[in-house]
Amino acid sequence: MNRAALARTSAMLILVWLFSRLPMTARAQTASSAPKAGSATQQAPPSAPTTASSWKQIPIPALRPFKHQQPRRVELPNGLVIFLQENHELPLINGTIRVRGGSRDEPPDKAGLTELYGQAWRTGGTASKTGDQLDDFLESRAAHVETSGRADSTYLAWSSLKEDFDQVFPVVLDLLQHPEFRQDKIDLAKKQMAAGISRRNDEPDDISERESNKLALGADNPLARTPEYYTLSGITRDDLQRWHQRTVAPNNIILGVVGDFDSAAMEQKLRQALGGIPSGTRFPQTKLDFRPAEPGIYLVEKEDVNQSQITMVDLGILRSNPDYYAVEVLNELFGGGFASRLVSNIRTKQGLAYAVGGGVGTAFDHPGVTRISMGTKSDTTLPAIKALHQEIDKLLKGGASAQEVKKAKDDILNSFIFEFDSKEKVLAERMRYEFYGYPPDFLEQFRAGIEKVTPADVDRVARKYLRPEKLAVLVVGNSKDFNGDLNTLGKVRPVDITIPEKKPGM
Amino acid sequence: MRLFMKIAVRTLLAFVLVSATVLSAQDIASFEKRITTKKLANGLTVIIMERPEAPVFSFFTHVDAGSAQEVQGITGLAHMFEHMAFKGTEKIGTKNFAAEKAALAKVEQAYAAYLKENLKEVGRDPKKVAQLEQEWRKAIEAADAYVIPNEFGEIVESQGGVGLNANTDWDETDYYYSFPENRLELWAYLESERFLHPVMREFYKERDVVMEERRMRTDSSPQGRLIEQFLAAAYTAHPYGRPVVGWPSDLRAFSATDAQNFYRKYYVPSNMVVTVVGDVKAEKALPIIERYFGRIPAGPAPEPLRTQEPPQRAQREVVLQDKSQPLYVEGYHRPNAKDPDDAVYDVLADLLSKGRTSRLYRSLVRDKQIAVAAEGGSFPGAKYPSLFYFFAVPAKGKTAEDMAAPIHEEIGKLKTQDVSDEELKSIKTRAKADLIRGLGDNQGLALQLGEYQARYGDWRELFRQIQRIEAVTKADIRRVANKTFTAENRTVGRIETASSSPAPAGAQKGVQP
Repeated sequence: MNRAALARTSAMLILVWLFSRLPMTARAQTASSAPKAGSATQQAPPSAPTTASSWKQIPIPALRPFKHQQPRRVELPNGLVIFLQENHELPLINGTIRVRGGSRDEPPDKAGLTELYGQAWRTGGTASKTGDQLDDFLESRAAHVETSGRADSTYLAWSSLKEDFDQVFPVVLDLLQHPEFRQDKIDLAKKQMAAGISRRNDEPDDISERESNKLALGADNPLARTPEYYTLSGITRDDLQRWHQRTVAPNNIILGVVGDFDSAAMEQKLRQALGGIPSGTRFPQTKLDFRPAEPGIYLVEKEDVNQSQITMVDLGILRSNPDYYAVEVLNELFGGGFASRLVSNIRTKQGLAYAVGGGVGTAFDHPGVTRISMGTKSDTTLPAIKALHQEIDKLLKGGASAQEVKKAKDDILNSFIFEFDSKEKVLAERMRYEFYGYPPDFLEQFRAGIEKVTPADVDRVARKYLRPEKLAVLVVGNSKDFNGDLNTLGKVRPVDITIPEKKPGM
Repeated sequence: MRLFMKIAVRTLLAFVLVSATVLSAQDIASFEKRITTKKLANGLTVIIMERPEAPVFSFFTHVDAGSAQEVQGITGLAHMFEHMAFKGTEKIGTKNFAAEKAALAKVEQAYAAYLKENLKEVGRDPKKVAQLEQEWRKAIEAADAYVIPNEFGEIVESQGGVGLNANTDWDETDYYYSFPENRLELWAYLESERFLHPVMREFYKERDVVMEERRMRTDSSPQGRLIEQFLAAAYTAHPYGRPVVGWPSDLRAFSATDAQNFYRKYYVPSNMVVTVVGDVKAEKALPIIERYFGRIPAGPAPEPLRTQEPPQRAQREVVLQDKSQPLYVEGYHRPNAKDPDDAVYDVLADLLSKGRTSRLYRSLVRDKQIAVAAEGGSFPGAKYPSLFYFFAVPAKGKTAEDMAAPIHEEIGKLKTQDVSDEELKSIKTRAKADLIRGLGDNQGLALQLGEYQARYGDWRELFRQIQRIEAVTKADIRRVANKTFTAENRTVGRIETASSSPAPAGAQKGVQP
């Protein structure tokens, strides 16, 4: 979660979360990945009562055979899809309702509608209970019911102790069927979003993320668009109600439940509660138009920093692209892993950055954002940009070595078991595949796809998707402290991030 | 209940009785049954929890040393060593250790000569400094020739490790990742070797990396700048007032030898707890862990910290004129986590901050609509007397100063009016539910068990905290609020929006006020 999002979340311990711990790496290590079951490197007597003198001598026995538990899929006659995942470890029941339609589908002059809806859906209460009454009811049971709006869907999720399920689930149903969107909570949510807008240029990483998305996807692309004061002020209660009517229909909903319940009994309850809702119109997905910015250098001036955020972006690929597997291996060896080229060369050997990494972007139903980024002190801004370009050039000209490719594949395949190590994770993946229309065994296909990747594949996709001449290079920094003129690296286009109070031209 | 009685876990009895509606006795008993604790001959504590949900395990190595163990001149060193623990060992990360060792010794000699000249207060010769710096850099180059960069991380990742990372804060340093279950012995080797034979290779390059970390988190971030200044004002003597990442001048000065000395003093087995949670069998895993970690030689327990923060006698205030939106924080000294009133502070944090029923949310965000977020809690540490803070993010058009009066109004209520029965009951229910929510994940469990074991000498304290929260009364809350939230015990930090702000003062030059 980025800091802007965090600042809007009232219930989190913002301060402690931000400042109490210094981790070794800034990037979340998102390893995707399959046990080469029985890929024993050496055979040695099991647990010989001596200590190995080299890690290579240590026996790696076959991984314990393990069949992960897939959730049960139930499709109601009205089109609502339910996944039931039993987990009896703890006395909890959690659920998520995902509804098609999100900020990518909202009208440009009402940018922010989905986010506002995502807040007021819950805080605005239901026909019979105010949001405040729901707060009291739920908090006294240590239960949560929360709503949110994101790019392609809205969510209604809950968590409760098992024993409270029959009290908490009716709240979920009530919100689903009778939301009230009370005006006072719409106003409150607008205030919070306006504060978010006013604060969006405070932290450098917020600026880099937002502006580089605009460069990669096109400034008018709904995936990159941000709410403005003037779009926010035009959103009415009527808009939220209409959004709800348009989107919340059983055939636009995927529901996942996980926890300490009996599937048959839960299915019965859910059929009874949800089966009677009539089908609606399937939500039509808005067609996106991708118009990346012209390649070149873009500069956001920020006076109060001593470090530049450098972000190179381009349009990436879809996960359904047959090149996806080779791209994942490429990403791992280039800028994903701890010992990847970017980390080893830019951070470890040159000491130019703490946070550095990146790769070809992938997403389920639209091209992802290819992003290579780092933070470096102001006076090494130019050398850092050159160093990133050098790494790309080296890869394109010299290719990836067979050993590098093997190592990257090992990273992914040996850690593949972690895709299945919790029942919640398995459920979340299945729901994602259902939502985007991917095969339920996409992960298994992924593993098989990775296994087949060759060094030649990696070289081919590197040349295809890492195109230095196509990159937009965004620098957020204090240019008076740069050692050298950024213009020597190419034409510099200043980016104005002033927050408009009114609609431009009004 | 029968099963529980048979196992006779006396320590958990009270907990089970108060929370019988939430966690059944059987659940607790099974928890106890799955945990094995052993103190090895060298003093290292090992905790193993069997949780065979999937064929993986996570571990958490807790070292009871953080930046509070530093003295002026070496601030940032605990965190720096944490980074060095990823640089490999005498066998990992090197092409030829014997030659590398000699080369690293030369680096240290050259660095000491350079530093001595560079820091001379009288008679510093810039030419000599430049020459000594060059010699030092040459020595580094010679040593770097033997390095295989990031081999340690490469082994962990290619063997299927995920979540490889570490943390340093004021109180402690922690190392963790997760492996497939068939790599337990490999893990035991790697993790013990890392603390048995660490090598300070690439130290000075890594110092540059940490400087970049400082620029990112502190110098270039308004919130980072505020918190650093706020803590520096709140503490005059105790090291909680110093940044974990270190002051820039110290980061530019300390040496690999300093890091090695810090390690020798604090990374002794009796100061460490290793916790493993996942698909492991204690009877099989313990001998392996004992064999590998038992190799770390015992050492004398580090001396306890002497410095205590003297009582604050007057309100302190730091105001940053920054080119960013306003922020407000105020803090009051409170006792450490072992104080009998610790649970009262936990209750206060929940009452003030947790969810939309919390008092600060309802007052500042929902009703007065002057803030978009507001919270209270304990920070920056737990081991030593810490702060109870209030933090507010002003709504658009409101100033940082606007936050003070409504926060003090809430504090006033805590002092003069009893909390309601419903509020107190609700807090106690949430404490139990939150505990349960944290028990379903290997890495989270390893972290909690390890931290409670290290902090209290018994992982069961994780559960006993519920008992202590259960015992908190309305009178306790009023008493602690009156004792803690006084004007002379208060430090205030504000960001006020300036039209044009100076660069992060001194950060570039390494001078800090």
